[in-house]
Amino acid sequence: MLKKRIIPCLDIKNGRTVKGVNFVDIQDAGDPVALARQYALQGADELVFLDITATIEARDTLIQLVEEIAANINIPFTVGGGITSVAQAKALIRAGADKVSVNSAAVKRPELVQELAAEFGSQCVVVAVDTKFEDPDWTVFVSGGRTPTGIKTLDWVKQMEALGAGEILLTSMNNDGTKAGFALDITEAVASSVQIPVIASGGAGTVEHFATLFGQTTASAGLAASIFHYGEIPVPELKSALKTKNIAIR
Amino acid sequence: MIAIVKYNAGNIRSVENALKRLGVDCVISDDPEVLSKAEKLILPGVGEASSAMAYLRERGLDQVIKERIKPTLGICLGLQLFCARSEEGNTECLGIFPEAVKRFPPKEKVPHMGWNELTALKGPLFEGVQANSDVYFVHSFYAESGPDTVAACDYILPFSAALSKGNFYATQFHPEKSADVGEQILANFLKLPAV
Repeated sequence: MLKKRIIPCLDIKNGRTVKGVNFVDIQDAGDPVALARQYALQGADELVFLDITATIEARDTLIQLVEEIAANINIPFTVGGGITSVAQAKALIRAGADKVSVNSAAVKRPELVQELAAEFGSQCVVVAVDTKFEDPDWTVFVSGGRTPTGIKTLDWVKQMEALGAGEILLTSMNNDGTKAGFALDITEAVASSVQIPVIASGGAGTVEHFATLFGQTTASAGLAASIFHYGEIPVPELKSALKTKNIAIR
Repeated sequence: MIAIVKYNAGNIRSVENALKRLGVDCVISDDPEVLSKAEKLILPGVGEASSAMAYLRERGLDQVIKERIKPTLGICLGLQLFCARSEEGNTECLGIFPEAVKRFPPKEKVPHMGWNELTALKGPLFEGVQANSDVYFVHSFYAESGPDTVAACDYILPFSAALSKGNFYATQFHPEKSADVGEQILANFLKLPAV
């Protein structure tokens, strides 16, 4: 049976993780390579790196970092943050990223997704969607969630799928940072309106939140950051707890 | 010498990295002479079947691969190219394995992306690999089960997770992205006796 994926997400700034991660066996909590290795050893199914600097100087640092990560881990990983062109994506994929994720740039120019899919194949193209519920609709926000686009989320994900997206990384801004659970309604609405896999993000705080996500929606994966980084729920504990609840977990 | 076929598909770097982690050096080449002499040859691949076959034919690499008598491994699209034909772009492939490559019916999410388990393991590629081990898949097309199937997987329907015949081996999953299980499988391929 295809397993539900557990994906830690690391924010990167100037080649370093933004918030220190408290792993006992790691001395340098800001070293993304060491952290990535540790997560891979712990049984994370995939990793996502989001570069939040996205300046031109930081690009070269990011590419070097991606090379190092690729040399050091044996699970798939996605790199995102500020990608606006096929050339930028190509540099990251050549450096060893398995997938790239695009967000604001896809809203600005949806054909980018088509170009990326044509160049690398859909399996390399993740479209990250930041969504917020404001009565009566879930709509898409860009620029780190600061700018509303007015585009309805369900329309957007269908358009992205049609243009060749291979996966949707859906973050509910209403839930992000709350640790009160994933946004089950929009996650399922998105997952059931596209054929491609959906990664749910935003709101993970407990094992039960992941159990509910996988029990009540058809999301393929759950992504979280702080609960893993601060050791609140270590990946191995999360995975074994979900297994005891009969959720398909590696 | 271990060689990786250089062609117009992604993830060659990932395979090279995985071999390095196993302490093995390799060359990446599209030179027919290098590829036919290599002790071990790997045809990796993420990409599209018809353009990948066209690329191999243009350089005469289709014949080089077919005529090899030393251990040769196809990964992902590499497995599909080793088969007789693929529904992707209606492509005539290398015909090393008689199995046909078809598109998954859209009954569940396609591509089949993520970790899924291997069953019915046979042969040297899976030595020391436990049944029901999970490995990482990303694909929308699959090879049917057949006489050359040496590992099975089930997604929407049962399909060949790995094929083997004579000196040819192929995995639909990505051993280079499948954590320690994948490393074991690559190590098993690397230690196959030279012919």
